[in-house]
Amino acid sequence: MERESFASRLRKVYAIYTGGLLLFLIVLGIAEQLGLPATYIGYAFVFGTILVYATIGIISRTGQAAEYYVAGRRVPSVFNGMATAADWMSAASFISMAGALYHQGYNGLAFIMGWTGGYVLLAVLIAPYLRKFGQYTIPDFLEARYGGKLVRLVGVIAAIIVSFAYLIAQVTGAGIIMSRIIGIPFEAAVFFGLLGILVCSFLGGMKAVTWTQVAQYIVLIIAYMIPVFAISYKQTGIPFPQLAYGQVLQSIETKLASIKEDPKEQEVRQIWKRKAEEIDQKIKALPASWEEGKRALEEKLNTLPADDPERAKIEKALKEYPKSPEEAKAKWSEDKKRAEDMSKPPKSYVAPPADVKGMVNFLALTFCLMVGTAGLPHVLMRFYTTPTIREARTSAGWALFFILLLYITAPSYAALSRNEVLTNLVGKAFSELPAWVAKWGSAGLIKIQDLNGDGVIQFSEIIIHPDAVVLATPEIAGLPYVISAFIAAGGFAAALSTADGLLITMSNAISHDLYYKIINPNISPSTRVKIGKALLLVIALIAAYIASFRLGIIVDIVAWAFSIAASSFFPALVLGIWDKRMNKQGAIAGMVVGLVVALTYIIGNRFYGLEIYGIKAIAAGIFGIPANFVVALVVSRITPPPNKETQEFVDSLKYPKGEVAHIKAED
Amino acid sequence: MLTKEQLSRYWGKVRNLTIIVLVLWALASYGAAIIAGFLNKITVIGFPLGYYMGAQGSLITFIVLLIVYNKKMDAIDDEFGVKED
Repeated sequence: MERESFASRLRKVYAIYTGGLLLFLIVLGIAEQLGLPATYIGYAFVFGTILVYATIGIISRTGQAAEYYVAGRRVPSVFNGMATAADWMSAASFISMAGALYHQGYNGLAFIMGWTGGYVLLAVLIAPYLRKFGQYTIPDFLEARYGGKLVRLVGVIAAIIVSFAYLIAQVTGAGIIMSRIIGIPFEAAVFFGLLGILVCSFLGGMKAVTWTQVAQYIVLIIAYMIPVFAISYKQTGIPFPQLAYGQVLQSIETKLASIKEDPKEQEVRQIWKRKAEEIDQKIKALPASWEEGKRALEEKLNTLPADDPERAKIEKALKEYPKSPEEAKAKWSEDKKRAEDMSKPPKSYVAPPADVKGMVNFLALTFCLMVGTAGLPHVLMRFYTTPTIREARTSAGWALFFILLLYITAPSYAALSRNEVLTNLVGKAFSELPAWVAKWGSAGLIKIQDLNGDGVIQFSEIIIHPDAVVLATPEIAGLPYVISAFIAAGGFAAALSTADGLLITMSNAISHDLYYKIINPNISPSTRVKIGKALLLVIALIAAYIASFRLGIIVDIVAWAFSIAASSFFPALVLGIWDKRMNKQGAIAGMVVGLVVALTYIIGNRFYGLEIYGIKAIAAGIFGIPANFVVALVVSRITPPPNKETQEFVDSLKYPKGEVAHIKAED
Repeated sequence: MLTKEQLSRYWGKVRNLTIIVLVLWALASYGAAIIAGFLNKITVIGFPLGYYMGAQGSLITFIVLLIVYNKKMDAIDDEFGVKED
């Protein structure tokens, strides 16, 4: 009864909130028509939404352990679904995924299937049983099931490795959006973004994070939908892109086929091929070629008179010139790869990989993304917060539903953008470029150059940054600036919500799993919460500090996080629930071997040219997951079975009714 | 309290349901991907079916699977009277 009235009150609050959000959008839209400058609209969105999140954060402040760690276990399934969806969908899902689909065609669907299919694994293999267990963290489960501090420690280490890289990526994402919309340098914007992250989690822990994540989900899903509905209406006359882009796909295929044969296009592809060869020569001649290039630029600058307009261009080139031969190698290799890609005839947009190797790689990546999703600690934690096991099950379904709304829309974004480029850009004269090209060109997201000098745009002359697909769509569809600002607020919400989920996972891993459970079990619950809050602050500051360097490797590490989680947590959790015979020795050996195999392949592939059957580092889990399972099963069978209490504990997880055996509930 | 025999029958049912869901899950994702080239020859509401499965069909199958799974699980819980207190 009380539970129902709580849920209905929540529905009312969030309905009013959604209405308020739309009203805010309309008011700013009108203000824009009346002449409010774009910068102020940007400010209004960023600070307006942060203010809302901060308000929720302050209302949800708490010092109680159960509220701080698991939101008091009273989050109804629909809302837990929304919070999980926001927790899960990162800045990359929001901004870059549609772009990846734009570039990769069918191959990009590995992300769409992988990042949704994982929820089926999660829902049927793990979530309800974890909820029955009903503690606070994933290492809690590992210790209860397998016994001993060592297994908890392995769990804590894996959780921190997986979450930290991911967190830095979110802080970076928040910083990029922040710096774009309010026009401050990235290094400062990162700390602004940090403020946005902390207001959601610092005072209220999981409770505050949950309720802000729901609010953030609503912002991000509306922001994602509006432009794509508008552009779909423009291109197809039907405002529901998800239904309408079938025809668009067919038109893409026809146009790509003619581009393949077009002599002008072939000419441009030849130019790219020569460029790739030139860059290759330069890379081979390192470090001499690096010095030569630098000297040539400097000499040219010296010969130019002081008032020559060419000077600025060369000064810029010098500033961007690689600082060392090593940096040159990395940058030129990237350029070479892009030139090679551009020199190839366009592939079909809808065809799956044609050869067995390509298909195996596609399936391996999909599999790793699925299993990784079901093994990420910040997602798993959310299933502790529901009131009942039944609601844990339904909330996995709701989470999938809310994620689906965005993931079904992303491929339509990609297809509509590609069609727009093929229809309204390719074949046009350079003199009549649309305005949005110039705008996003100056932001470095779109680059069009007349390589063969015929004055006409060829498909192979267009380079589009993945982020441009989502960011530029409002302008392509001719929507007012208020929508662009709203998209930025949506991306910001996606970054904040994921960052908060990760932050709370890590601070819990250290304050609860490491300090309270291993080092000092005698502290009171309220002291634990205080330590948790202090750690939250420290971790967030470290993450922002590292993010401010903008290390290129962060993007790679995030991609690896899935394989790392898949090779460590997932088997230990699944076997812990489904295999009564699994014991401590097996689980630890499995986790360690899985982790080592995955990390070895990742490092080998990234730095030492190791490659087995074309598998990329991102899909390293395809080796780590089976290694973990096999080692765990073999070791557990040659060591003594777990004791009677543990077996009873495993049994008690299976049935929703009754107490959990073996360990006493606390607090 | 349920007898040991009842409990193991309950778990048997849950396990079978889980296996069925996972088989269908694999067919809708990996199965559809493997035959995507063939499916692309079929057009459904303008979509090449192979691409459609990866972009929407498999996702919709996932959600339907979870809805059915939740309904069945609730029914099994009620049948054996193991719904949580």
